[in-house]
Amino acid sequence: MKAHLTRRYMISASHRLHSDQMSEEENRATYGKCNNPYGHGHNYMVEVTVSGPVAAQTGMVCNLVDLDNFVHSHILERYDHRNLNLLPEFAKLVPTTENLCIAIYEIVKRGFRKAHLEKVRIEETMMNSFEYSGKRENL
Amino acid sequence: MVYLTRKAEFSASHFYHNPEFTPEENQRVFGKCNNPNGHGHNYTLEVTVKGAVDPKSGFVVDLKQLKDVVSREVLDALDHRFLNKEVPEFLTAVPAMIPTTENLAIVIWQRLAPKLKAAQLHRVRVYETPDLFVDFYGEA
Repeated sequence: MKAHLTRRYMISASHRLHSDQMSEEENRATYGKCNNPYGHGHNYMVEVTVSGPVAAQTGMVCNLVDLDNFVHSHILERYDHRNLNLLPEFAKLVPTTENLCIAIYEIVKRGFRKAHLEKVRIEETMMNSFEYSGKRENL
Repeated sequence: MVYLTRKAEFSASHFYHNPEFTPEENQRVFGKCNNPNGHGHNYTLEVTVKGAVDPKSGFVVDLKQLKDVVSREVLDALDHRFLNKEVPEFLTAVPAMIPTTENLAIVIWQRLAPKLKAAQLHRVRVYETPDLFVDFYGEA
C-alpha cells in the first residue's frame, strides 16, 4: 500500500533579494527591506515528502537513514550557514524561497533514488511557506 | 466538499524486527529501532474526513461521534501499549507487520474507515515526532 512520508529539516542561511534586471529603485520597490544591501537571514524549515509502497519486509516507504544521509550531504551541507547569493545556482537567480524550494526539489529529485519525491515545502518564517512538486508548466 | 480534521494523541512503545532477517540484517536495516526491549514515542494522530455540509446541522460530521470512534477504535487499542506485543495487527499478522509509522497509519485507516458513516475518510496522518510524519490516503 502506498504511503507518504515527510521529514522536516532545519537550515539557517542568509540572502538578499535583488535582481540585476531591475533598477535600484525597482529593486527597492519590489523587495523592500529584503533588498537591504548586506542581506539578512532565516531559519528555514525544509519538509521533504516522499512516497511509495510500504515494503512488507521493513514496513517502510524508504529507510529514514538513507533519506537523512542524502539530505544532510546534499542539502544541509550545501545550504546550512551559507549566504545563498554566493552559491552558483543563485548567481543569476534571485534566492527567494520559491527559488530555493525549486533548487532543493531538483537536487533531491535527481539524486535520491530510494523513493518517489512528492514535494518540497519550506517555511521561511512561521508566517509563510512555499511548496513545489515539480510541475514546471506553472513556472 | 469540506474537509474536517480531528487531532488526537497517544503514547506507545515499539521496536522494529523482522524474524525473516538475521540478527545482523535486523541491526543493519533498523539500527537502534531494533533494540529488543523497545522504545516509545508520543504520537499525534490527525484524522481528516470529507463530505458535504449537512444543511440541517451545518456539520460535515458530528465531531462528538468522530471523537468517540477515534477513541474506541484507535486510542483504546494503541495508547500506552507496547505495539509489538499488544496490538493484534502487529502481533499476529503473517507475515509479521512491523509497527513503523507507515504501518501505523495503514492500521489506523483500516480500523477507522469501516466505522465512519456520515463522512468519508480522506487521510490519516501520524506524527511519530514533530519532524517525522506519514500520510495514508487509503491507496492500494
